[in-house]
Amino acid sequence: MISYILRRMLQLVFVLWAGATLLFFLLFTLPNSPGELIAGGANRSANPVVVKNVNHKLGFDRPIYVQYGKFMARTVRGDLGESYRTHEKVNDILKERAPLSLRIAFWAIVIEILVGVSSGVLSARRRNSFADTATTLVAVVASAIPVFVLAYLMKQVTGVYAYQHNWPGWMRFPALGFGPNEWYLWIIPSWEQLRYLAQPVIVLASVSTAILARITRTSMLESLRLDHVRTARAKGLSEKKVIRRHVLRNAMIPVVTIIGIDFGTAAGAAILTEFSFNLPGVGSKIVTAASQRDLPIVLGLSIFVMAVYGVASLLVDISYAFLDPRIRLGGEDG
Amino acid sequence: MVDERDQSGRNIVNGPDEGPMRALRGDPAGYGELSAQQSAALALSELEATALDASLEDVGPSRSLGTDAWRRFRRNKLAIAGLVIVGMLVALGLIGPFLVQNPSFQTQAVRESPTNQHWFGTDQLGQDEFARVVYGVRLSLYIGFMVTLVETVIGVLVGALSGWFRGWTDTILMRLVDVLLGIPYLVLALALVTAIGRGVTAVVVTLAVTAWLQTARTVRAGFLTVRDLEYVDAARTTGVPTYRIIWRHVLPNVFQPVVVLVAVGIGSAILAEAALSFLGVGPVPPTASLGLMIAGSRDYFTEAPHLLLFPGLAIVALVLGFLLVGDGLRDALDVKDA
Repeated sequence: MISYILRRMLQLVFVLWAGATLLFFLLFTLPNSPGELIAGGANRSANPVVVKNVNHKLGFDRPIYVQYGKFMARTVRGDLGESYRTHEKVNDILKERAPLSLRIAFWAIVIEILVGVSSGVLSARRRNSFADTATTLVAVVASAIPVFVLAYLMKQVTGVYAYQHNWPGWMRFPALGFGPNEWYLWIIPSWEQLRYLAQPVIVLASVSTAILARITRTSMLESLRLDHVRTARAKGLSEKKVIRRHVLRNAMIPVVTIIGIDFGTAAGAAILTEFSFNLPGVGSKIVTAASQRDLPIVLGLSIFVMAVYGVASLLVDISYAFLDPRIRLGGEDG
Repeated sequence: MVDERDQSGRNIVNGPDEGPMRALRGDPAGYGELSAQQSAALALSELEATALDASLEDVGPSRSLGTDAWRRFRRNKLAIAGLVIVGMLVALGLIGPFLVQNPSFQTQAVRESPTNQHWFGTDQLGQDEFARVVYGVRLSLYIGFMVTLVETVIGVLVGALSGWFRGWTDTILMRLVDVLLGIPYLVLALALVTAIGRGVTAVVVTLAVTAWLQTARTVRAGFLTVRDLEYVDAARTTGVPTYRIIWRHVLPNVFQPVVVLVAVGIGSAILAEAALSFLGVGPVPPTASLGLMIAGSRDYFTEAPHLLLFPGLAIVALVLGFLLVGDGLRDALDVKDA
């Protein structure tokens, strides 16, 4: 078990290194000259002397392997670089923005697990019932709706229409801003804060919830057909017990995989949701930086996102060992 | 709602549900966790099962795989619905330019609600929304098809190289796939756009580069399953050149999962293009792109909700159509691993 975890961590380090390297060469060799971008902005002819000076000042006139060495050296030390334009440090950006992204991702995942898993289980137990059909339909349609369309629709309904038509207070949510930034125990929003963040959280959760429900259903139906479930029933266990002790655990393996990936993505790369709601999170900053072609910011934040994503999938892999007795190495027998 | 038994009565619970999501989000199904042998064994047992069913079923005149698949596809109402949607939108995309006026022509009517003259109303610049939606659908389809074409070529090539040569070729290529899968696709796409700039071609390149991973893995798994089977050995022994073995004897084995991936991939690419344009890093205005139209009208939703609804519905119809066709194909071709 320990050696498995260690091996898996080494793998994560490799993936992070390779990903960072890939992105570095992608970003810093492809554009004709970063100096030109800074000196003149994109698609403008800049004074060649200025370009040369800028290139020299930022070290772009040095051979690419020297630049790469410098980049790696500071990245390993935990310094993710700074902006060309504003000289903001990526680390400061993260300190400021990552908490909001993490909090939103956390609550979205809570909704996803509660609603997605339970409706998936219900679907599987009452196959072809109305609830089952409804879940299927919603899931198929939800995977075709762009997140930003959903976000804008929601803003229009609960953020604008509700105010115009004097809906009861609990159905109205402010459509602008992100609230007072008040949190208890770091993660629990104050009531006022909740009113601002409920919409983005629901939008962020919605698509993945629908998908998770489908996956839970499929996975449950598969586990229900396994031999040990038949045996458990033959032993005379009640259906409830069969489901809880013998089916759920097995069925949760693909479900946990999805949840891990969703959290990994939501925490750093809830790009569309954050952008549609103008939230000052990590994802929206990546977009701004990308559209301004602020290379170091894009690179630094991408590395952060990769790390969060990687750690999430590492935790998922470790959790397999607890969920599936066949994977578990040592310990009690399942 | 979805018929969960295929014609032979075998249960295919696996089928209709997971398709779109898997392709949409890279590889949540955890392909990488299956070792080559495991997936080989899985695929083999499926092959056997298919063979068995065929022998039970084919009492009448023999039918080709294509006929069989079409018969199964036809029975799936959702898939047919998807096919109809896709067919109509493709037709609209093809003949659209003969039906509507220039999408960039600006009239005096700004943000007008739908009328007889402007079916979908006009946008914030006075441009006819219907014409723009038609051209947007055209662009979406173009990008969807191009991305999937490029992505499939890359994916099949990499997967075939990996699965055929194994050894260090396989190690290097599959590690590359792992690394790329370790970056959420939108982040990778944004990084690529930062590097190569905006525009339609840039979007095609960006999305193709982020999308070939699943195809490569599927093709590789198929190659690993087949390359050591006796009939391939036989071909090798009789002196058939390698490229011919690959082309004639191995590649057809991965045809079915790749077809499914293509259908679902077009839908995903359309969704991704809409996202990139919405974020302002896709095609450059005044190009009529559905994502751009939604982004451009965001300040006027209260007065002019049609500017959100029509392009939004167009995206949903496009993506839904291709996802349903993909799911239908998955069932009809009895593909589990795509």
